Parts: sequence; structure tokens; C-alpha cells
Amino acid sequence: MYNFDFEQPGSVDEAVAALQGEDALALSGGQTLIPSMKQRLNAPSKLVSLTAIEALKGVCPDSGQIAIGAATTHATVAAEATGYPALAALAGGIGDPAVRNRGTIGGSLANNDPAACYPAAVLASGATVVTNTREIAADDYFDGMFTTALEEGEIITDVRFPIPEKASYQKFEQPASRFALTGVFVAKYADGVRVAVTGASEDGVMRWAEAEAALSADFSAAAIDGLSVSADGLIGDLHGTPEYRANLIKVLTKRAVDAAS
Amino acid sequence: MPKDQGIGASSKRREDVRFLTGTGNYTDDINLVNQTYAHFLRSDVAHGVINGIDASAAEAMDGVVRVFTAKDFEGVGGVPCGWQVTDRHGQPMQEPKHPVLAEGKVRHVGDPIAVVIAETPELARDAAEAIDVDITELPAVVDMKAAVAEGAPKVHDDLTSNLCYDWGFVEENREAVDQAIKNAAHVTTLELVNNRLVANPMEPRVAVGDYNRANDEHTLYTTSQNPHVIRLLMGAFVLGIPEHKLRVVAPDVGGGFGTKIFHYAEEAFVTFAAKAINRPVKWTASRSEAFISDAHGRDHVTKIELALDADHKFVALRTDTYANMGAYLSTFAPSVPTWLHGTLMAGNYITPLVYVNVKAVFTNTVPVDAYRGAGRPEATFQLERVVDKAARELGMDPAELRRLNFIKPEQFPYDTPVAVTYDTGNYHATLDKALELTDYASFDTRAAESKARGKLRGFGIAHYIEACGIAPSNLVGQLGARAGLYESATVRVNATGSIAVMTGSHSHGQGHETTFAQVVADMIGIDESQVDIVHGDTARTPMGMGTYGSRSIAVGGSAMVRAAEKVLNKAKKIAAHLMEAADADIELKDGQFSVAGTDKSVAWGDVCLAAYVPHNYPLEEIEPGLEETAFYDPANFTYPSGAYFCEVEVDPGTGKVEVVGFTAADDFGNVINPMIVEGQVHGGVAQGIGQAMLENCVYDDNGQLLSGSYMDYAMPRASDLPMFEVDHSCQTPCTHNPLGVKGCGEAGAIGSPPALVNAVIDALHRGGYPVEHIDMPLSPSRVWNAMQSVK
Repeated sequence: MYNFDFEQPGSVDEAVAALQGEDALALSGGQTLIPSMKQRLNAPSKLVSLTAIEALKGVCPDSGQIAIGAATTHATVAAEATGYPALAALAGGIGDPAVRNRGTIGGSLANNDPAACYPAAVLASGATVVTNTREIAADDYFDGMFTTALEEGEIITDVRFPIPEKASYQKFEQPASRFALTGVFVAKYADGVRVAVTGASEDGVMRWAEAEAALSADFSAAAIDGLSVSADGLIGDLHGTPEYRANLIKVLTKRAVDAAS
Repeated sequence: MPKDQGIGASSKRREDVRFLTGTGNYTDDINLVNQTYAHFLRSDVAHGVINGIDASAAEAMDGVVRVFTAKDFEGVGGVPCGWQVTDRHGQPMQEPKHPVLAEGKVRHVGDPIAVVIAETPELARDAAEAIDVDITELPAVVDMKAAVAEGAPKVHDDLTSNLCYDWGFVEENREAVDQAIKNAAHVTTLELVNNRLVANPMEPRVAVGDYNRANDEHTLYTTSQNPHVIRLLMGAFVLGIPEHKLRVVAPDVGGGFGTKIFHYAEEAFVTFAAKAINRPVKWTASRSEAFISDAHGRDHVTKIELALDADHKFVALRTDTYANMGAYLSTFAPSVPTWLHGTLMAGNYITPLVYVNVKAVFTNTVPVDAYRGAGRPEATFQLERVVDKAARELGMDPAELRRLNFIKPEQFPYDTPVAVTYDTGNYHATLDKALELTDYASFDTRAAESKARGKLRGFGIAHYIEACGIAPSNLVGQLGARAGLYESATVRVNATGSIAVMTGSHSHGQGHETTFAQVVADMIGIDESQVDIVHGDTARTPMGMGTYGSRSIAVGGSAMVRAAEKVLNKAKKIAAHLMEAADADIELKDGQFSVAGTDKSVAWGDVCLAAYVPHNYPLEEIEPGLEETAFYDPANFTYPSGAYFCEVEVDPGTGKVEVVGFTAADDFGNVINPMIVEGQVHGGVAQGIGQAMLENCVYDDNGQLLSGSYMDYAMPRASDLPMFEVDHSCQTPCTHNPLGVKGCGEAGAIGSPPALVNAVIDALHRGGYPVEHIDMPLSPSRVWNAMQSVK
């Protein structure tokens, strides 16, 4: 790790100001950024920690939705997002206890790892990503692997999830990292079903439109039977071919529908 | 009632107190006054010519003490290889030089090019980044068959090709085997890969070099399984330091699994550099560095053919293997695919004719050497897979085909057609024991229950044999070993009766401090707490060959028993003198010497005191003191064996395998500490399941390591494993060592991979997917892909 400056402001405004400098990066739970700095793959001149900003923390249920502060840890979401059980279960299945007690939802979404879990929940829920300057709809937020709609210096403050009638997240773990080799989040709302897939596409998290249409008409695993997923554009690596991931998308979607509650 | 002390007791591991309370003394815990830190600049290309190295910017940085390159090692020897294999034409293997730092060429990702020594590890790393290395990249060879093809780029320009050797065994049988296979009623053929592994001990390698200018003495602290071997290899072959001026200390070592047997360039470097700068030099590997500098394991590509007669008896076996050596020959690398592999190809079976061909190949990858089991897992895997496939082809129960061909209990000692003689064994007994423990009869009920949950259930059998307790020195000398393989021990009795045993064996997790003490305490009849085991320091222990190949209790333990017997013979003479009796009438029980047929007795402690305060002592007949040393060279290998049964569930939707049951019925001969033996089997089975299901070391075509961290290299975790059923009640004691022991360290890693793969293949067949073979690791995607290929 190279030397860097460190600031820990107490408010979002102070954090925004602190991020103005050259090569400054926001630090939340640090579960990706710190290891990459230790490997000298990332060398910010300054880290601005967001974890002392109390306004960014907490799970806040509201009528029909749940708002989660960006600096809320996975462990807290797992314990407190009881109004959205599928989301709580997703948070409780990320990484290991050490990761869950440091990593945050805002950090995960800002990083947008193509195999991370939270992006699937946000996209399948049609959630709103709220920043210090604006509100971004989930469909506009994710912009490919490790890329998002966030501008330089823009900070996520909270994420608002409309609570579905039924939902489930099915993660198939990559055996080494235990990130999602492929993960599927299915959420059923009064106005239709949304299906989001993580870990599979070279473009990062994505929706599966055919499944959404089929499930909106008939919310049953059998509704998926006739569909097929193209392997084009899917990830192939040591742990699975594109064809294997295409199969997982279908299998996991069916299992998510069966498990949805 | 189980014993609570001595041989056969499950004494608690005394060393765990310090391991579990953070008070162990590992090499990285050693910090010397005025110590510096070394950082190795390693090649990031697999193959290339070094045109020049400009270290001037690094040398100018604050806190940098010195930068070393190959130029500083002119006149210094290369890292030696400890075993010379002779090929099937009678020629010695091709043996390239292995320089401490790369000379002119880099040959694998991780090959060290330069070393920075600085005041802190971070400064050394910063400075290493400032070194400018001009490398012209060359095409790399990674695939073994491509490496030996005409026109392949050569890893070593001064060798005739990338073929290290072409070994045949038993060469005289070659034509007879070919003929037998041609004429056989049935031949089962299987092509398979034994996947390359990274050993991944919890503690990465560390080396600290120290030099005392006052008396010209060098000390190396290192993470080694065999400090005397390192002293011998490094002192004699690399640095030219005589043994009396070189001390090697391997203190607490956090796991070895083979990869800490070998002498590494980093050890020679810190020893050399400490003298050059006249300050201690410390190097601690990062985990990333371990992946590209620790010797890897396995990496065989094999075709095996098993010929059977019309009665399903084995008549001949032929195997062709390509074995990856990597870019250089690591210490024992040439022996692993040959003498540790070919000699086990008979397995537990009567197979009159066996021929093993092995082509060892240089590639632009990290050197490959012994890893838990070393050659024996590779032999067992191919044999137990082909036997299983033969059973399926013949429509036989796999247990029955094995039973039909097993060497029978009354046939021991049994001369195999592959040069070794099994002294004892009872394979029918271990197979029956495993069947009993597994509740094989109710498998169908369990399979039906799995099916109701949408899972395919399968059952797999493997029966292994291994050769442990390496080895008779005169034999291995003929086979190419450049060292003897005896073991040593000194039993030092103190004046008040407590004992220190200095052993040449080394404990790096095995629990020798407990087990060895149990043996000596049992022999005398004193409390285990009165015996301490000292190991891991050439200045404190007699010349010994260290710990690997499940040899410690069989060879090191035997040396200790011999030394203790010498002590007891002398103690009896002293006791006889004290009681004014004849030597022959002295008996020892529970720490008391007595005169047979009388009520006269004298305590162990009194005899010891007399030896050191010889006021009333037969000085004209025997010397004072009570300390004896023994060197033990075994007459034969030992041959543990066992039946390993694995039960799996396969998720047909995803291909994911879950191990739902695992039974190991081993014959280790006599057992000193049952709890420790069970622990060794648990660890071995976990590693074997790791190989079979999770672990895979993968290079791309350019020689870049794709699985170079735990993000991609899948280590087994507790949640990947079932509860193990472990039994060692079948015991056919070894006939040629004093304890009747065989060794248990590697068994689990040897028997479990074929059991698991056989179980998955069985599950797929039962589920309507007639898959013949899947190469390890049986990851979800590989299993699913195999299922699609037969749909």
C-alpha cells in the first residue's frame, strides 16, 4: 500500500468538499478498495471515509418502501430490513461475517462489481439510488462492469426499495470467492414482475425481459420452462462457461419463483 | 478402558496450548537486532530474455541498503536437485542449472530477478518497483505435450529438449505387457488429468539469514520440514559453507504438506546476503508470492489401460504419464512421478504384469514437487478410477471386482511386479469394515430420498495402498537419491529422570511433541510430562532427514525407540549394580527397576541420579551419564492401506456436488495416539476432497497464473465437508520396525479423490447420465457440462 491522506468527515457536505482534491476516493466499508490498495492496484492520494456520517446509516421502513442509508453494513441490513425479507436474506449471504460487518450497501453499489449481490436487488426492486445531488432510478444507475451513473465526487446517501408482494434472491456461489457465479433476484409487484441477474453478463447486472413478461402473466416456475437464455455476452471464466451461466440464469430464476415469499 | 497415558492413549496435543494461545514461535516471529528486509522482484512474464537491469534509481532511494542481481551470485552454486532419475535407455535425466537469481533468462512467472534489501518491508517493495528490467518476452510452453513436440520453444537453451527424462518401469516388462493387453479378454482404458495444486500451508514461507562475523557462523531461520537437509543442500551445493559454520533452525512451522521440504532460492539468498551486508536479512512471502514461488503439486496427464481375463482377473496394466516438472527441478521433483508413483501401480491387487512410462517435462511454470502423498495419490487415482470403470463395463459391483483381485491376507509378504514387497496387509478386512460403517445395504433408500428432493445420489469406493517410511538408504541410493533416508534421535536423560529427546524428524502440525513423548514414557513407565521432544534445529538435534512421506513415526520413531533401548540397557546395568544383582535379572515396570523373584527395587529417578552422581557406580564397567543416540535406517517401506467410501448428491440443475457421507477404514498398523491419527485422516481427506472438487491451479497459454489468489483458487472450507466416519481398527502391524507402525499422514489425501470421483460418476449413471469420466476438480460447471455432453 502506498501512502495516502485520510479524512473522516461528519457530514455529507464535508465529505463532498473533501473529495474535491486530485485522486481522492470515498471509502465506505473498504472491502474492495482496501485489498486493491494493499495489492498496489489502486493508489488514491486521499481517502475520505464516510463511516462517521451518522446520517448515512440505518434502515428506515416507510409505507410500502424501505430506505437504507448508504453506509449501513450488510449485517445491519440482514438484521433490520425485516420488512423486505428477501433483501435481508441477500445481505446476510454476502461474503463472511467480517465482510458483512464492514461492507456497506452504498459501497457495493458505487463499486458495481459484476458479481456483487446488491445490484441484483436494486435492479429487480426498481429501487431509487439517492445521492447528495439527485435521485437515480435503478434502470438508469448501472452502466456496465464497475461503472455507474455516479459523477465524480457524487456520494450515495440512501437507497429506497419499494417492497414487493413476493421476492427471492437465489445466489449460486463461485466456489473460491463465494461471490455470485450467477445470482437471480425475482421481485413480484402489483404492476408486474422484475427479474435481475448478477454475475453472468459481461455488461454487469441485467434484467431478463422475457422472464419478466412470462412471470407477470403467470407467476410460476413452469412459466419459465419454455424460455431459453442466450450465452452471447455472458461471462466465461475458470468457474463457468457462458453456456453454463445461461443455464444457471434459468435454473435460478425458477428456484427464485418457487422460493418467493 | 482406553489408556490415559503412553502408547494407545489419545493424549491431548501439548503443542496446541501455544498454537491456540498465540504463543507459538514461527519464523516470522523471529526478529534480530539491526535486521533488514528483502523484497524479491519477480518476473511477470513466463519466458523471456533479460537484456539489462537498471537498479540505480532503487539504490538511490532512502532506506535502501543494497540491491542484488544474478551478477552478485557469480561463482555461487545453483539450487540443487536431490534425486537423479535414469531414463529407460540408461541415461541420466536432463538437469538444468537453477540459479539463485535468474541469469540471462526468466523461465516462469515468479522467477526472481533482483532483490532489494531495505530498512522496512514497504521500502524494499517501493524500491523494487523502481528497478527497470528490460526483458524481451519469448513464447512460453505451458502444455506438456506441446512442450515436447518438435520445434517447441526450449525452457533451457542448453538442454536438447524440454524432456527431462523418459522413464520406463519395469522396462523389461514392456513387451510382455503390450502382448498381454493385446490378447486380453477385456481392456478398460481411461485418460485423465491429475490436477495441479498449490499447497497453501496456512503459514507462508519465511527465511531470516544471520551472520556472526566474530566466529564466521551463519544461521538460517526458515519454514522447513527438514532443517538438516537444507543445511546439507545449501551449505554444500549452493554457498559452500561447511556444516560446523552453518546452523539451520526451523522453529514452529504452520503446515508444510510437502512444499516446505525443498531447498528454495530465498533461503540461500538471505543466508548469502546477511554476510554480504553484515546485517540480518528477513524475507516473508506474501500469499500472492506463495502462489508463484512455492513448489506446486501433482500435474500429471495419464492414459491407463487395465487388461482383464474372462474371469475378470487383472492380467496386465499399462500407464503412460506426462509429469510436469515446471521450469526447474525442485529438490525431490524427479522422484515423485517415478519411484514414488510407479512402484505403487500394483495397488492392492494381484496384477502379474505392470508397465509404467513417465515423461517428465519442463514448462514455463512454477516447479512441481512433492505434495501430500507425492506420486502415490497420482497412482491411486488412476488405478482406482480404471478399476471402477472396468467394473461398470463388466457389469460387476465395484467392491466385488476389487475383492476378486485383492492380494489375499495369506499371501503376505507379497512381492509386487513393481519392485516392492508389501510386508503386511488385509484389504478384505478394511473393505468389509468400510462397508459395515457405511450402511451400504440401505443406500437405495437414501438414493430414493435424494431423488424426491431432485438430487442424484451416488456411491464411490476407492481402496488405496501407499508406501511410507521412506526409506532404505541403500535402495533409494540405487534409485537415484543423492541422500540417505535414515532418521536419528538422541535420548538425553537428566539427572533427576526427566528426558529430552532430540529428533531429526520435524513437526509442523503433526503433533510429534505429544506422540513421541508417549512412546518414550511408555517404554520406561514414567509420566508423559517428564519427556520433552526437541526438533527443528541443527545445533540441537543429530543429523536427521526430516518429515515427509508419512515417515516420522515409522523412521524417526524407530530411531527414538532404538536410542531409548540403549538408554534402558545401560540403566539396567546401573540398577543391577545398585541392587547388587545380575544384569539379566533386572526388570522394568512402571518406572521401577526390580530384581526378578525378589522384593528389591529401585526407582527410575534413583538410577538416573546415580548415572550423574556416580558415587556408588560401576565406573570400571560403564561410563557415567545416561544419553544415547541412534540412527535408524529402515529395512523396507511401510504399506498403509485402506478403504475409502464417499457418498454424494449431485444437483442436476447446476451440477453442484455435495459430499454427504465419507467413510475411511484405514490399516495403519499399530497406532500410538488414536486422536491424532484421526486428525491426520480428517486433514488428509479434506485436502483430497479439495483436490477432487475445488482446487485447481490454472495457467493460460502465455504462462500467466489464472488462479493466483483465493478469489479463484478454491480451498476447501469446513462447510464443503461432511462429518467423517474414520476407523483404524483393522491393524496388520508393520513387521520390520520396532513399533509396528506404518504412518498415517498422507492416507486421507491419497484415498479420497478417486472415492469422490467414483461417487459422482455413479450418481450420474444412476441418474441417466452415462458420463465415463470428469477431470478434477469436479466443479459445478464441469459436472454440468459433462451431463450435457451425454444428454
